Amino acid sequence: MAGLNDSNLQIAKTIKLYINGAFPRTESGRSFPLHKFNSKKIYANLCRASRKDLRNAVAAAKSAQSGWCNRSAYNRAQILYRMAEMTEGKRNEFVETFVQTLGYSPERANLEVDRAIDALVYYAGFADKYQQLIGAVNPVSGPHHNFTTPEPVGVVGLLCREEFDFSHMIAQIAAITCPGNSLVILLAEEGAAVLAPLAEVFATSDLPDGVINLLSGFTSELYEHMAGHMELDSICFDGKNEKIRARIKEEAIHNLKRAIVKPQPDFTLEHILAFVEYKTVWHPIGF
Amino acid sequence: MAQIKNTNNVKINSDFKFEYAPAPEATDMVKIKKQNKLFINGKWVSGKNNQFFDSINPATGEKLAEITEASPDDVDRAVKAARKAYTGQWSQFSGKERSRYLFRIARIIQERSRELAVLETMDNGKPIKESRDFDVPLVAAHFFYYAGWADKLDYLFNGKSVRSLGVAGQIIPWNFPLLMASWKIAPALAAGNCVVLKPAETTSLSALLLAEIIEESGLPPGVVNIITGAGATGAALVNHPDVNKIAFTGSTEVGKIIARSTVASQKKLTLELGGKSAHIVYEDAAIEQAVEAVVNGIYFNQGHVCCAGSRLLVEESIAKVFVHKLKRRMRSLRVGDPMDKNTDIGAINSKNELDKIKKLIAQAQIEGNEYFEPELTSIPEKGYYIKPCFFNNVASSANICRREVFGPVLAIQTFRTPAEAISKANDTPYGLAAGIWSEKGAKIHKTAQALKAGVIWANTYNKFDPASPFGGYNESGWGREGGRHGLLPYVEVK
Repeated sequence: MAGLNDSNLQIAKTIKLYINGAFPRTESGRSFPLHKFNSKKIYANLCRASRKDLRNAVAAAKSAQSGWCNRSAYNRAQILYRMAEMTEGKRNEFVETFVQTLGYSPERANLEVDRAIDALVYYAGFADKYQQLIGAVNPVSGPHHNFTTPEPVGVVGLLCREEFDFSHMIAQIAAITCPGNSLVILLAEEGAAVLAPLAEVFATSDLPDGVINLLSGFTSELYEHMAGHMELDSICFDGKNEKIRARIKEEAIHNLKRAIVKPQPDFTLEHILAFVEYKTVWHPIGF
Repeated sequence: MAQIKNTNNVKINSDFKFEYAPAPEATDMVKIKKQNKLFINGKWVSGKNNQFFDSINPATGEKLAEITEASPDDVDRAVKAARKAYTGQWSQFSGKERSRYLFRIARIIQERSRELAVLETMDNGKPIKESRDFDVPLVAAHFFYYAGWADKLDYLFNGKSVRSLGVAGQIIPWNFPLLMASWKIAPALAAGNCVVLKPAETTSLSALLLAEIIEESGLPPGVVNIITGAGATGAALVNHPDVNKIAFTGSTEVGKIIARSTVASQKKLTLELGGKSAHIVYEDAAIEQAVEAVVNGIYFNQGHVCCAGSRLLVEESIAKVFVHKLKRRMRSLRVGDPMDKNTDIGAINSKNELDKIKKLIAQAQIEGNEYFEPELTSIPEKGYYIKPCFFNNVASSANICRREVFGPVLAIQTFRTPAEAISKANDTPYGLAAGIWSEKGAKIHKTAQALKAGVIWANTYNKFDPASPFGGYNESGWGREGGRHGLLPYVEVK
């Protein structure tokens, strides 16, 4: 159980960042307090990730990406399914976090976890199928074999919505990683306590180190740097703030990274396709 | 007999020349108007400001015609016409009806193909054999391909229906003027959108002839509007509030400007931009074929090709012999009058482009790169021409290896292992295309998988087809054109 209970006798868990499969504190030594819902009591002091932490996370994601996309699609599916299993195993911890920090009823908290698990299972099943749905063998005029396959866009930065939406965030994570992208996620302040159980799910699901990296911190401090980072191939933010969306689109232009600012529907093929590129290969046919 | 020594100590006889009798294509079937108007709402209208600019024949440097410079008011008229046609007619039409118009346009393009090819060469400077055998047939094929899609959109996206976007603003470059117009217009119309298209300012004429063809096809007024002008006209189109989608083909630099000006809007944007595509030749390649493909890859269309194979990565063990064969082949390339059916390399599209290419070559020479151009190739005195050339043993950090020249200039590097080839090929902010030469299938597939590029030509290069998606990774742009994937940027999935 995270946080301090009323007796102050329980051991509180320090919530740290999750970068390259490890749990470092922020290099900046900074933190911000997360309070219990409707209370002045501190639930936990979270790391306030710095630009340097962000760069470290991108470097980890970058070096993990090719290994992840070269795993067989079947293996990626297995790992996503394993994440669903581990989420189920940590259900109580997720529920407790939502109840304590967000004021959810246990029923609502459980529903969120149900839906998150559904999303992981849904996209686990897509990892070895979406290619057949959007790939093509193209009937070109001439003696050539010509085929188009979708590939992961590469390293994706995900800025979570301002209003915490656990199941949507998990759907985003699953949709982005299932084709073989790696991810750097900046959690919004609200609900950032979920970092603790979530990072443990990722750390215990046979997911290669660095494929998913989790940061807690201030969106306002980091989003422009994330959107402008030259090693990110795509940036996603589907929050409501129009100004942030426009700034992200603008910063993304430095390296023409794909800026996905339109909310993608959960449980769809389209959600995956927002994070792929199409490669077309030609080869002559003949003797 | 005088002899010249080149860098490989190959002796060349100075009277070794390819003498061909001139074989110029006739130009009499092309009627070019002295002053050209805008095609808005199915009518030929004058620009509001009555301003014109010249279109030059780059083969001679002589003026071909005057083209209207469309003002923001003209752009507004065109967008309004497109909107009216969209809401009033085109979006109400059945797929079958839309399809019929596209088929008609395709047929007329075929019927008037010679006229289109000759005009294209006159205005652009590309060899007539390319405009005749490559550009125009592909233009017709593009309209045919997407004509057949118009009534089959229910099958476009898995399990979902799609709807058109509205008005598409399309801006195209000067390197394949008519072909780019077809890549833009055909999928947009098939998906049910209306179009305002702006050709590049140095090559407006074939787009205006296409407008005549569209008129002849009976397409309802306003479905396609063609407005001419330069950057300011394009900017007015991009910034017009009633445009739903922008499609741009051109330089990465301008692509970024366009992207910047749409950040605050909901406009959908696709970009087909520059490249510095690598052509990898492994030691087990079919060498003669690979030489031919490398030549075609970089010198086709004077190197004015976004996916030109402008970097050659050749395995060290065969580098010497490969470069030797490449030089031999380059010496037989004929540079000159694009209207001549024997010409391999025509005119550079404009003086501006020629100066840019010359500057980059001079800079690369100053930086100490090993330069080669065919010693005896001559170029016409009048018009904008340049000899094909390459720089050998170039460092990955050299400008000539990183910047897009958009001319007949090749940068050559060597590698020792497939991993080195892949890492060098991917060492660019672009990601449009790549070539791979090897007789080993597994090696080709492994390399193709590892390359960050949207189009991979294995044991071939510069092949295009309306059914084949085209477009790049990274700074080479957003989205695909061609094939089923080329329709997706013109629809919304419901």
